[in-house]
Amino acid sequence: MNGFSASRVMAVLGKEFTQLLRDRLTYAMILAIPIVQLLLFGYAINSDPRHLPTAVLVQDQGTFSRSIVGALQRSDYFDIVRDARSPAELRRLMEHGEIQFAVTIPGDFTRRLVRRDGAQILVEADASDPAATGGAVAALAALPAHALMHDLKGAVAPSQGTAAPFEVVVHRRYNPESITAYNIVPGLLAIVLSMTLVMMTALGVTREVERGTMETLLSTPVRPLEVMVGKLTPYVLVGLIQAGVIIGMAGLLFDVPMEGGWLALGLGLFLFIVGSLSLGFLISTVARNQLQAMQMAFFYMLPSILLSGFLFPFSGMPEWARAIGTAIPVTHMLRVVRGSMLKGLDVAESLPSLAALGIFVIVIASVAMARYRTTLD
Amino acid sequence: MTLAIDVSGLDKSFGDKHVVKDVAIQVEQGHICGFLGPNGSGKTTTLRMLCGLLTPDSGSGEVLGLDFPSRAEEIKRRTGYMTQRFSLYEDLTIEENLTFVARVYSLDRARDRVDESLEKLGLQHRRRQLAGQLSGGWKQRLALAASILHEPRLLLLDEPTAGVDPQARRDFWHEIHGLADAGMTVLVSTHYMDEAERCHEIAYIFNGELIARGTAEEVIAESGLVTYEAVGPRADRLASELAGARGVAMVAPFGQALHVSGTDRKALESAIAPHRREPYRWAEVPPTLEDVFIRLMGRAQAERTAAA
Ligand SMILES: Nc1ncnc2c1ncn2[C@@H]1O[C@H](COP(=O)(O)OP(=O)(O)O)[C@@H](O)[C@H]1O
Ligand SMILES: [Mg+2]
Repeated sequence: MNGFSASRVMAVLGKEFTQLLRDRLTYAMILAIPIVQLLLFGYAINSDPRHLPTAVLVQDQGTFSRSIVGALQRSDYFDIVRDARSPAELRRLMEHGEIQFAVTIPGDFTRRLVRRDGAQILVEADASDPAATGGAVAALAALPAHALMHDLKGAVAPSQGTAAPFEVVVHRRYNPESITAYNIVPGLLAIVLSMTLVMMTALGVTREVERGTMETLLSTPVRPLEVMVGKLTPYVLVGLIQAGVIIGMAGLLFDVPMEGGWLALGLGLFLFIVGSLSLGFLISTVARNQLQAMQMAFFYMLPSILLSGFLFPFSGMPEWARAIGTAIPVTHMLRVVRGSMLKGLDVAESLPSLAALGIFVIVIASVAMARYRTTLD
Repeated sequence: MTLAIDVSGLDKSFGDKHVVKDVAIQVEQGHICGFLGPNGSGKTTTLRMLCGLLTPDSGSGEVLGLDFPSRAEEIKRRTGYMTQRFSLYEDLTIEENLTFVARVYSLDRARDRVDESLEKLGLQHRRRQLAGQLSGGWKQRLALAASILHEPRLLLLDEPTAGVDPQARRDFWHEIHGLADAGMTVLVSTHYMDEAERCHEIAYIFNGELIARGTAEEVIAESGLVTYEAVGPRADRLASELAGARGVAMVAPFGQALHVSGTDRKALESAIAPHRREPYRWAEVPPTLEDVFIRLMGRAQAERTAAA
């Protein structure tokens, strides 16, 4: 006689909406979190840092070497802060993080250059923060063509159409698989959504227990599933708004491409939002107060940020970390988002990740339902 | 005579803390039963079990003619419950709270009922005010209105008048009596003795055990208590001399006067004999409910320590 009732769901849903709209702080959070995060992360990446500390080791005493060092200085990207005397000193400077770049001009540089015998200079980059070195490395590509324009005349002048007079060899150290800005911005979608949605629902339900309103709610005929559906639906909308803000800003501010795969993205978003909300609901059945709920939500965010492939490449992590990462929905959501936005993957191609998200939703929602008590016991 | 509540053998433990012990409650339909007892004695827990918010460890019987506890869901629908602490949504308006309740009970004519309820409360003009901004007395009236919106046949009130001013308390009791006259059964927990005297019957619980029940007169008569009252300037000073004397079960100041009670009339009279002198005047008075409860509590406490 007391089955699922749509009108009771609507009662809970309406009440939840009213409360949500009345809570200005929540309102602000819904919009501020994605915007602030995106600007912080996005511009940290997009910014094109210049004047990076650089040390040079010049083992060749020719004019050409001096011209190259001058060209580096002029490019704005490099600040020559040190003239190293030995490779060991160079290495030490980089290990200590005193320089971002180490430039070595080998002793046979002039000789090889003149003989057109594969002259090289070596640039080692501390790529542990790839965002910081990206622009500078790009500038190096133009170096051979311009650095020696005024020096090379007569016999050694490059004839039109021949190869550049020397080669710049770039060694990235510490983070060879450098991540691009495009990777981070779509990734933020998954991070921001789980951060706000898990926490909001976890707090929303725990708040009812703390304020005692749960006692009134439980004394009415409303069923657990009705409470869950009614309480979570408004937040699905919140999640969609946030997703819209992030995807919109990604395109407008950061020129992140959208290669297609809208259906996969939409499906992934829906599953991920419902999964995050269910997890928040589950947390609220375990936490005794809002502080505990908050702590659990934070605890969940740590591996979501560190082990999901958001900050560090998933393939580069040790096995145990990958195992944890696989159990976290953010990992799969990242693949769906990056796949659809950057590679244009469709539903079939994203199926493994979408399936993983689906399993997460089913498992977490069932456990949450099973744990939700209709009594105060 | 129909019993709206007829439950016995109620037990509830939290962990290894036995909070409600073998409690039996009978309340006649249309009666107001006062549920008394000091803080932490198990009143809230008992009320919560009756309305299905807590699962009893044991206990059986009938509530509103429905088997207890197997039909707890149906009992819950027919019962109104007003919590000890205000537990409507403070960030919703008065009207929104009532509408929410009407909707979760799937009531027909929800809008009309809310309007009627607002009118009865005298809150039509403040319907858009947030519930959290109401004063204690108004919150209590709103909570009562919300708990009877679905026209329950049984009403459980948990210390509804705590922290409410005397005028509001009187109005509240007036309303409760009106509901009972219309056939609603009311079980109300309270600390106030004057409120206990407004009930048709009372039940007294101490440390999870029901130690007295019946009408106020019955409870007083059954206690077998004899009470003498001493009146005179600073009669309360006698308390220290009389307390603990043979035949004196308890001594309680009563304003300027002193109540001295015992169950053995002879022993009590000889205990107070030395103090029958000026400026004190002594007279036998009927024991008040308060005297009886203090006595009952003391005895239960003594039995507990003796058993331990
Ligand atoms: N959920 C609970 N968990 C553990 N102990 C509880 C819980 N609820 C009540 N108690 C304990 O049970 C006892 C009776 O509490 P309660 O029924 O609230 O008493 P009263 O309403 O008469 O003040 C108290 O000692 C209280 O601490
Ligand atoms: Mg209580």
